[in-house]
Amino acid sequence: MIAIIDYGVGNLFSLKSSLAAIGADAIITGSCEEIKNADKILLPGVGAFGDAAEKLKNSGLCDIIKSEANNGKPLLGICLGMQLLLEKSYEYGEHEGLGLIKGEIRPISDVIPNNLKIPHIGWNALKFKGEKSRLFKYIKDGDFVYFVHSYYAADCDEFVTATAEYGSDLTASVENGNVFGCQFHPEKSGDVGLNILRAFNEMEV
Amino acid sequence: MITKRIIPCLDVKDGRVVKGVNFEGLSDVSSPIELAKYYSKNGADELVFYDITASSEGRALFTDILCEVAKTIFIPLTVGGGINSVSDFDRVLKCGADKVSVNSGAIKNPDLIYEAAKLYGNQCVVISADVKRVDGVFRVFAKGGRENTGMEAIEWIKKCVQMGAGEVVLNSIDTDGVKNGFDLEMLEAVTNAVNVPVIASGGAGKIEDFAKLFKANPKVDAGLAASIFHFGEVAISDLKKALAAETIPVRL
Repeated sequence: MIAIIDYGVGNLFSLKSSLAAIGADAIITGSCEEIKNADKILLPGVGAFGDAAEKLKNSGLCDIIKSEANNGKPLLGICLGMQLLLEKSYEYGEHEGLGLIKGEIRPISDVIPNNLKIPHIGWNALKFKGEKSRLFKYIKDGDFVYFVHSYYAADCDEFVTATAEYGSDLTASVENGNVFGCQFHPEKSGDVGLNILRAFNEMEV
Repeated sequence: MITKRIIPCLDVKDGRVVKGVNFEGLSDVSSPIELAKYYSKNGADELVFYDITASSEGRALFTDILCEVAKTIFIPLTVGGGINSVSDFDRVLKCGADKVSVNSGAIKNPDLIYEAAKLYGNQCVVISADVKRVDGVFRVFAKGGRENTGMEAIEWIKKCVQMGAGEVVLNSIDTDGVKNGFDLEMLEAVTNAVNVPVIASGGAGKIEDFAKLFKANPKVDAGLAASIFHFGEVAISDLKKALAAETIPVRL
């Protein structure tokens, strides 16, 4: 059972449907008990970091997510949910994240030429980095996934498992043991995305 | 590198997909759910689901069919037609839309763009403009191309982007349904004016029209079409292979 964390950010319809499509059992929940009972945790998120971090904090779920992740339960953050795994973000001010992965969130405008449009939106190819991530066992280097973001994960080099080229190599995915993050949207990335979710669903605690 | 997007548009009326020539004379094509599934499996990069008469009939968009479509496809989905308020945004986003396109609703109340962008982010708000030349000036039309608003189109689109629209769909009424290529002149005027993604719509009749579009104007991010895909005149996979052969970046 995958617990999709519901903390009042964004809509979880597509995520739930994509998990159903691969035959994964999932519940949308904001309950500590259900998160504890699940074998995997999925942290979604859209919108601005500060607002989402605040809502996650107010939901009282930060501690349980951190402790479950520290106990080895597979955790996948998607888009803003990935960014929340890091230590802090500079999106409209300075905000603290969960700190499960070392690094911080900065504007992509810092690192891309100014003739490129922001947000980085559309289909881009994954460039695997280092040893192939367990999350990518059913996909290959160069496969396309769907991105929508204006901020990226910086100073987390040792945890980066893939990048996407957009005037610069932007962090596409991160991994620290059982903690995974995708900047792109697997639930919107066709079969490639479903295969990433499938690999996550098959992970053992 | 980001790829050029190929986007089939499902114009829906009474729960069925239709496509009219110059927005008149609608003819039934197929089930939106079946078509969406087909496109999603066959290389579409995104889908646009447009309730074509919601605006002129003054009613809300069909959400039940939308939910069914969203459940079966796992590529980005943009929804439009009859979007007049933030609560309309909320309703279609909860059905699984990723982006919401506004047209007549924004013409009536431009603050809608700002309000929605503030709540859901700029990336979620698409301004769809139906534009037609009137005495040599680009004019914005409302209600599915039926009503001349008198507004100059480029200024209108710039204003929408300033207010928070994260993407522009430019429908040229002049080239729509004619199948003789996209409106390159109109597109040039828009891509020179804004720095958000621009989707070309209206006029695609064959594969070469897309190649010509992306070569003539590299600032265009996507090409949208309906009838040539629905009637099987162009298969998206063939189109993308042809674009790749011309070194235009596409997702194969």
